[in-house]
Formats: sequence, structure tokens, C-alpha cells
Amino acid sequence: MIRLSVPLRQALARLSVPVLIAAAFGTMLLGKADTVLVERTRMALADLLAPLYSVASEPIGAVREAVTEVQGLLNLREETARLREENERLHRWQAAALALEAENALLRRQLTFVPDPAPQFHTARVVADAGGTYAKAVLIATGPFLQVQKGQVALDERGLAGRVTEVGGRSARILLVTDMNSRIPVVLEGSRARAMMVGTNGARPRLQHWPAGMQPQDGDRVVTSAESATFPAGLPVGVVHLGETGWPEVELYARLDRLDLLRIFEFGLAGILPPEAVTRPDPSVRPRH
Amino acid sequence: MWMPRRGRPASAPGLLARLDALARAAAPSVSTMAVMVLAAAPVGMPTLVPAVALAGVFFWSLFRPASMPAPAAFGLGLLQDLLGFTPLGIGVLTLLLVHGAALRVRRVLAKQSFLLVWLAYCGFAALAVGLGYVLEALLGWHVPPTPPAVAQVGLAIGFYPILALPMSWAHRGMQRAEGLA
Repeated sequence: MIRLSVPLRQALARLSVPVLIAAAFGTMLLGKADTVLVERTRMALADLLAPLYSVASEPIGAVREAVTEVQGLLNLREETARLREENERLHRWQAAALALEAENALLRRQLTFVPDPAPQFHTARVVADAGGTYAKAVLIATGPFLQVQKGQVALDERGLAGRVTEVGGRSARILLVTDMNSRIPVVLEGSRARAMMVGTNGARPRLQHWPAGMQPQDGDRVVTSAESATFPAGLPVGVVHLGETGWPEVELYARLDRLDLLRIFEFGLAGILPPEAVTRPDPSVRPRH
Repeated sequence: MWMPRRGRPASAPGLLARLDALARAAAPSVSTMAVMVLAAAPVGMPTLVPAVALAGVFFWSLFRPASMPAPAAFGLGLLQDLLGFTPLGIGVLTLLLVHGAALRVRRVLAKQSFLLVWLAYCGFAALAVGLGYVLEALLGWHVPPTPPAVAQVGLAIGFYPILALPMSWAHRGMQRAEGLA
């Protein structure tokens, strides 16, 4: 330790706050100027913490499960009634689906239809919330057996959840579709009208830019569009719901408030990547293909 | 700080005493860091990381400024920005300003009751989140939505008592240990 005289030490202590505030502005400039460096630092930190999060997520998950369990017990009667009703409805749908499947098989035999290959996917655990106050994102734990790349699509067990935006050695960040910066090309299944699904940081993203005269209707099913070669067509996204202001929003199938496992799909699409990746290509990463 | 008794030459502190003092000096920033990291775990609610960092920096700057020097506030701010994937520098600047302001008012505020300190903290939290909002708007060049900012202020204020309780226990424990030494 260096011994300093008392007045000098006091002067240094008084100076440290202004100097560090200047340094804070410096970090802001650095964050704006060198996004690649900042992203690498972030992912290095996330990689460092990923094992810790994986361990911590066990007790946290147990507590959350216990809370859900208690809620479930409290709502048991209503839940049973709802499930019975839903079961009946699903039986009818099952019949319809079976009929359609048979018809589809019949029609396929008539054509030389090549079905899409079943996409490959890996499942990864969500270990941390990687969104700040103004962002919606999660961190997944990856590893040597799970290679994730930027731009891959993440689904939970029900529907589209987000896309991989940052990749580290042991973790990756998924920008959720509810984030303000998320823009997803979608198709309304009923009318085949295309639209953009725009995140608002709220629970329900909004629909924008649909063709004139094709106003999205309440209850329309929303699926992804293959336009822009970012998503495969037809991934389930959600259902149109008219918001309080009458603006169409999407009630997502994915339960983004309680993500624990995400399926990361590789569709082999190299469409639009996040802006920082496009404006500043990382020279150390060779392009795929 | 070792205060040698007057009239006798001070004996050089032993290794254990030094380690002990070092642990005491590092405890506030290290514990705040650890809680921030744990608060990043996904619980299905708005992120708690800024609330934890703000409470830690405010409390320790107020009651134990020697253990929360400006570089520690800087480091915690950097950790907050890196953990939260927010534009770099926002957490750094807000926490440093909170640290500086808390140092200014500590002579008056540190003697007050918990309720008054909490009230003052409400003001600090509102200003800090407000500054964060403005910086986010400037750095991202878009107007961020207000509900998350309001939620952030609420979380920061609401979680302060929960975080301040263990921190004041620790503070009192450290004071007692220093009294013994």
C-alpha cells in the first residue's frame, strides 16, 4: 500500500467523484463508438455468470413452482370446469383435424408435393433476465454441446418467443418479441394479409402496416411470414386481440412472463440480423454458408 | 481505521486484524454486487437489478462512505449496465451522482430516523430513474415508454426497506466489531 499524506488523500477523495463522472461520460461514448467491444464484454460477463445462474435457477424455479401449485389448488374447481369445456371443444377440433389430414394426404398423393424437412432444434434453459428497464430479453445457458448462432429463432412450448441477438461461449441473449426493438413479419391466417408485429415492451405487441382494407379482426390467428427470409412461414405467434384503444394487438401463445425452457431452431435462414451486426460486421466471424 | 491510544506507541496491526478490516471495507460493495447478480435471475417481473444497486449505493454512501468509495459506485454502475444490456454509462452516471449527493447530505441525513431516510430515498430514486430515462432517450435516440420507468421508481422505493434491514444489521455489526478492536 502506498502511504499518502492526509491532505493529499483528502484532495484525492474530493476529486474522485468529478473524475469518475467524467469517466462515466467516457464509458457512454465508448458504448456508442465501439458496440462490438461492449457486446463482447457483456457476453463475457454473461458467460462468467451463466453457471452461477444455472445453479441459482433451481431454488428459484422451485419457489415459483410452489406458488403456481398453490394458485392451482385454489382455482381447482374453475380449472376443471374450464378444462372439461376445452376438452370437448378440442375433441371437435381433433375430428376436424383428422378429416383434414386424411384429405391432405389424399391431395398430396395426387401432386408431386415435397414436404418441408422437419427443422432441427435444441432446447436451452433460461437462466437470467437480460433486459434492463426498457428492454425485454432473456439469457439462455448454452454450452459445448449446444451451438447457437445469431438470428436463430426461439420458441417456447407454445409459440414464438424471440430471436438470438448476442452469442457468447456459454450463454446467449434472446430478444423477446415484446421488446420495443422487435419487428416480426407476420401473416394473418384467415385473410392471408401480411403485417408487422411491433413490440411495445408491454405484454401484447401491436400490429402495424397491414394492407388497406384488410383490418385485422379479433380472434384472427397470427403466424410468422417467410418474407425477409428471417423466419420460416407458419410458426404460431398468437391471436389478434383488439386493445382498449381499438388498435389490433397480438395475444401471444408463448408465455413470456414464465419462460424456463426455450427451443432454439435452426432454419438455415440468414435474413436480417440486428442493426449492430449489420452496420459493424465482426471480422473474426466468418459468414455462414 | 485504527485509532491508537494516546501515550503508547501503536502496535502494528497483525495479519488477521488487517484481513478483518479489509473484509469489512469490501463487504458493502461485494454484497451489493452479489445481490445484483442474483436479482438478474428470471422471476417474471420487471428487473430488480437497478433497485438493488441504487439501494446499496445510497445506503452505504450515507452510513459508511469509507466502504463505498466513488470507484465502487462506478463499478456497480458498470455491472448494472452490463447485466441489464442497457446503453453503457447510464447506470455508472446515475449511481455516481447518487453517491455524490448522498455524501453531501450525509451529515444531516445519517442522524435521522429510518422513515425520514426512506422519504429522502424516494426523492433520490425518482431523480435517479428520471435521469436514467433522459439518458436512455438521448443515447438510444428514441423516447422510451414511461410505464417501465414508473415501475422502476416503485420497485426501488418498495424494495428499499427490505434491503435496508439486512444492511443496517451488517452496519451495526461492523460498528460493534470496530468498537471492540
